[in-house]
Amino acid sequence: MIARWPRPAPMIATLLYATLLLPPVRAWLEASMTLQMLVQIPLLIGVGYLLAGALPARLDASLARWNEHGITSLVLATLAGMFWMLPRSLDATIGEPWMALAKFISVPLLIGLPLGLGWPRMGFVVRGVFLLELIATFFRLGWLYLVSPVRLCNNYLLDDQQRAGEAMLVIGGLILAGVVAKLLWGRFDRL
Amino acid sequence: MPTLRTLLASCLLLALGGAVLTVATDGFQAFTSETARRLAVLRDPPPVPAVLLETQSGEQLNLADLRGRWVLVDFVYTRCLTWCLALGGEFAQLQDQLAAPLAEDKLVLLSISFDPAHDTPAELAAYQERFRGRGHDWIAARPVSHDGLRQLLRTFGVTVVPDAMGGYVHNAAILVVDPQGRLVRILDTGNPQAVAQTVRRDLER
Repeated sequence: MIARWPRPAPMIATLLYATLLLPPVRAWLEASMTLQMLVQIPLLIGVGYLLAGALPARLDASLARWNEHGITSLVLATLAGMFWMLPRSLDATIGEPWMALAKFISVPLLIGLPLGLGWPRMGFVVRGVFLLELIATFFRLGWLYLVSPVRLCNNYLLDDQQRAGEAMLVIGGLILAGVVAKLLWGRFDRL
Repeated sequence: MPTLRTLLASCLLLALGGAVLTVATDGFQAFTSETARRLAVLRDPPPVPAVLLETQSGEQLNLADLRGRWVLVDFVYTRCLTWCLALGGEFAQLQDQLAAPLAEDKLVLLSISFDPAHDTPAELAAYQERFRGRGHDWIAARPVSHDGLRQLLRTFGVTVVPDAMGGYVHNAAILVVDPQGRLVRILDTGNPQAVAQTVRRDLER
């Protein structure tokens, strides 16, 4: 039995999306690497995640036949996530309007939505692998951004890049702490 | 059956995603836009636009008039206290290292300011003097129009970001333009010997 999202979810998603599209909000979030990577993109993923609840039950059910244990979801979200982790892609969203458009469409639809559809179907092991890989990615990239002496994005300053690195280490640590807490005090059949 | 279908869908996505990532990184060679721009220039040298400049002596110079010679270009702003200090020093050193081709008029050095409002001919001349640059084979210039500046930054792939101290940060490099007026190479700053060596090799070809 898959739990359905409460009704307000699609409305919150729409409002959040509209807010992120407002030019002053966009300019503010894209002025810093830390804000674009760790606030704007995660919120866009959130928009797609919440949208999963708005899909008609029949469509959800037929998609599920291709998405056992949420594996297909995970593959799609990981690949799209890898694309948007490239410093080059992030850099291009500032100067190239079509890359900005690609970000606003693909991040919700190819990362958030598949995760929203797949997460309820993922078992303990799949979720564990996903979360540990997510933590490792935050640590690896955080370390890289922190120690790199060269700017990875032409549009962002070096100290901004180092702040993003620090923040990624903190986020990785927090997710790790959450997983540990769940393993120690939570239920094992549900992560 | 759902297992097989899931496997099929995942494999298709992996193949498609792999292809997209391969294209997006130029075959896993370029992960940053700086590497990408260097690769793109090597593969398909873009023609340099015919932009009107004003030099340190107040003369007008069209970038297209430099065709027939190799040109080493850097982008600067004279108020700069970090990178451009290094770049200015580097161009002065290149004047020594490449004295022969410069004297034979096969090569010319060109510093273009991306801060034309501040960098008047007098400021540009003072900038060169600071590095004891000799004027005639090292031109310092500012674009005459804002549109010209935009074209130059676009073609040469220069991104300028304001920093917290009222200055700018930019992807500093030495840009090599061939006698046909094409941007053929983007070289790292900080190693004038290597730049001189590469340029000498290009001149011999």
